[in-house]
Amino acid sequence: MSMQAETFKSLVKVAAEQVIASAPELTSLDQAIGDGDHGTNMKRGCEAVLGKLDSISAQPLDEALKMIGKTLVMTVGGASGPLYGSFFLAAGEALSHDKHLPEDLADVFGSAVNAVSARGRSHAGEKTMLDVLVPVLETLKTAAGQPDLIERVRATAKEAVERTAPMLATKGRASFLGARSVGHVDPGARSSCVLVQAVCASLEGGQ
Amino acid sequence: MSETVGIVIVSHSLDIAKGTADMVRQMVGSEVRVAFCGGNPDGGLGTSVPSIIDAINDAWSAKGVAILVDLGGAETNSEMAVEMLEPARRDHVVVCNAPIVEGAVMAATEAAGGSTLAQVKAVAEELSAD
Repeated sequence: MSMQAETFKSLVKVAAEQVIASAPELTSLDQAIGDGDHGTNMKRGCEAVLGKLDSISAQPLDEALKMIGKTLVMTVGGASGPLYGSFFLAAGEALSHDKHLPEDLADVFGSAVNAVSARGRSHAGEKTMLDVLVPVLETLKTAAGQPDLIERVRATAKEAVERTAPMLATKGRASFLGARSVGHVDPGARSSCVLVQAVCASLEGGQ
Repeated sequence: MSETVGIVIVSHSLDIAKGTADMVRQMVGSEVRVAFCGGNPDGGLGTSVPSIIDAINDAWSAKGVAILVDLGGAETNSEMAVEMLEPARRDHVVVCNAPIVEGAVMAATEAAGGSTLAQVKAVAEELSAD
């Protein structure tokens, strides 16, 4: 296995395990403003990815990302399946079309974020996972090539997730609560933060 | 029997999906193909893309398929399922913006008369118009 494939495999493993470990927290956040299934749904999807990890990491990177996306779409069982699924499908698609890592990271991440936005017909500011993904994308653009990129991405995700608490939800089940959604961190933003932090930790550990 | 638009019912709850399908069949008998699914891949409340794809293929008709959904995740998963169909079918399946029970009954009644997919969708969606 090449160095890149090995790094990718351990990165996916760490990210999936972190999401699984945070499932109780995601569930309790979702019980406050959603239907309470975000933790179990994400756990099911991540377990399915872990179950296929050997065949996923044997693929070229673009195909591997698409396999992750498809696995999430087919197993998560809530709206987060198509949302995260579209993220990874679009990232893989971008890499299939002349984009390369690490130099095009912001472009590839941007395509993935756009896919989430299109799938959810949503944009930043509506108390969703986009409220973490969009700021992270901005940091990837502005801090590209900087030695402290990983640290800055990490800090961005952490701050961004906290900023969802005062937001009013206008998408998804949380929107039914209207003003009562204010004061709670968004569970989708939280799971995005967990994923971003896990990838950062894995990359730092590998350096 | 001439072809009629097929109806798919997607709920978070298998009981709601089945009950809605029962009501539709009572209205239109077996003139219209009706398929339903509900529940996440583990059988709990939620929706499942593979089950939706299977339901679309079960209800398949040359005139197309109209999907009725309950809450957000059912819509997102149904849209995803449509995109994952084989290309020849993808353009002949629509997700209706309509209440699930009334929408399914109205859509099936319209379909039974031999209407096109666009007509079936429009009739179901009249229920959501102010």
